[in-house]
Amino acid sequence: MSTEAQSVRNETFVLNLGPQHPATHGVLRIKLTMDGEYIMDADPVIGYGHRMHEKMGENRSYAKFLPNAGRMDYVAALFNGHGYVGAVERLAGITVPERAEYIRVITSELNRVASHLLWLGAFLVDLGGFTPLLYCFDDREQILDLLESVTGSRLTFCYYRFGGVCNDIDEDFVPGTRKFITRLRSRMPMYDALVTKNIIFRKRVEGIGLISAETCRKYGATGPVIRGSGVAYDVRKIEPYSVYPKFNFDIPVYSECDCMARYKVRISEIIQSMRIIEQALDSLPTGPVMAEKVPQALKPPKGDCYYNVESARGSFGVRIVSDGTENAYRLKLRSPCFSNMSLFRECSKGMLLPDALALLGSFDLVIPDMDR
Amino acid sequence: MKLLPLKSKFAEIAVRAALPPAAGAEATAPVPLVMDAVHASKGIDLDVTVPSDCVVEAAKILDDAKFMIEAITGIDWLAERQIEVVYDFTHVESGERVAVRARTPRDKPELPTISNIYPGANWHEREAHDFFGIIFIGHPQLIPLLLPEDARFHPLRKDFTT
Repeated sequence: MSTEAQSVRNETFVLNLGPQHPATHGVLRIKLTMDGEYIMDADPVIGYGHRMHEKMGENRSYAKFLPNAGRMDYVAALFNGHGYVGAVERLAGITVPERAEYIRVITSELNRVASHLLWLGAFLVDLGGFTPLLYCFDDREQILDLLESVTGSRLTFCYYRFGGVCNDIDEDFVPGTRKFITRLRSRMPMYDALVTKNIIFRKRVEGIGLISAETCRKYGATGPVIRGSGVAYDVRKIEPYSVYPKFNFDIPVYSECDCMARYKVRISEIIQSMRIIEQALDSLPTGPVMAEKVPQALKPPKGDCYYNVESARGSFGVRIVSDGTENAYRLKLRSPCFSNMSLFRECSKGMLLPDALALLGSFDLVIPDMDR
Repeated sequence: MKLLPLKSKFAEIAVRAALPPAAGAEATAPVPLVMDAVHASKGIDLDVTVPSDCVVEAAKILDDAKFMIEAITGIDWLAERQIEVVYDFTHVESGERVAVRARTPRDKPELPTISNIYPGANWHEREAHDFFGIIFIGHPQLIPLLLPEDARFHPLRKDFTT
């Protein structure tokens, strides 16, 4: 310990949270300067899960990067795939058949529900409640089974291709999804009674971890974080992509700015996602699921473009700079967790340590997404 | 909607930067440009190129117009011996996107920091420093973020070899 920290005038000490800690959900280290139980300063040390995906995007062809996209935010891998294929399609001018876009929306929204369920379980474990995790995993398992039947994998999906999706859905998928939605709807009152109305939970999250809308704007925080601060920013509505404009759904917004608001946003989003999936299943068009004549060695014209999708954690953006060759000249991946986490230092000042852990949990961090 | 007043403000920077450089100063600034971009094909609505010493001013304009910081991207143009930095901003209500571009010489890449206007730029600038070795002048904590703490290499430079 430094002499400055030990002086009588300044009775603070340094506490390392992580890099291996149950509350960090992966290898994240936070250097905390503590005064007793209160946080004076929190310096996140990130990069333990850094794999230089952006360099990998430069030294392999566009198609060979597809599996990488599912390995960043592995909890909601389909969104990364959607962002990446969307950027390449925009640059190369590929039109996607409508059925493929519908399937993308259905599978993405299923992935969003799975991601929020995983977060719900993990967040409550952070706060000391173990039971809901088991219920959440039970429900999430059903989604993974459904997605496995169409994508072939359960976690690091590589399902979307330039111009469509690699497999059409089978005859069991539509009834299976409907059955799952009926089941999850009937489970929502149970979650409500078990978690939302739980007084211990409420005392841990209500009024805790305040983040103002202005802070979100200054840091670029998106997703449930900004929507829990009263701003209705959702890429699906504000900059519509894919076939989202065809569906009726609401953007849940809560303006309490606390951990409870972010919790409520995610719970309401599960319900909205189910609405989207049902509408998409009702109006699912027939036809091909892949665009014709997408060349194997794709060479988009020179230039750059940006493409954004609303991932389960916020705005996921891809900027591709092409020099007209088979490899991208530059591939920038804008991950929501990176921006969301960057405001932790400012917002955790003066908080009690257990409250800061609730704040950290409410970000829904996925470390490989943040570190890329 | 929000873009019209912005355009004239950016144009002011452009006019000033287009003036002949003071005696002795090198005329290295890129041609200032304010361009409309088609969102459907580019993903952005306004594409602005400013001289490297005007990025703070550009960030202020966007901050006043209540834009949110999205990302900061470096691009190494090896053949032109320059590094381009793209600052992406988006408006949380209108969804309009503005990209501000600046270029800096590759041998001595330096740009002023915008982290005192947008604190969220702090990490993005540290990331660009990691990958390209860009020095953001005035940055409070320009140490490796994603790379190891003793990293002395910049992996996204085009001449980087392992």
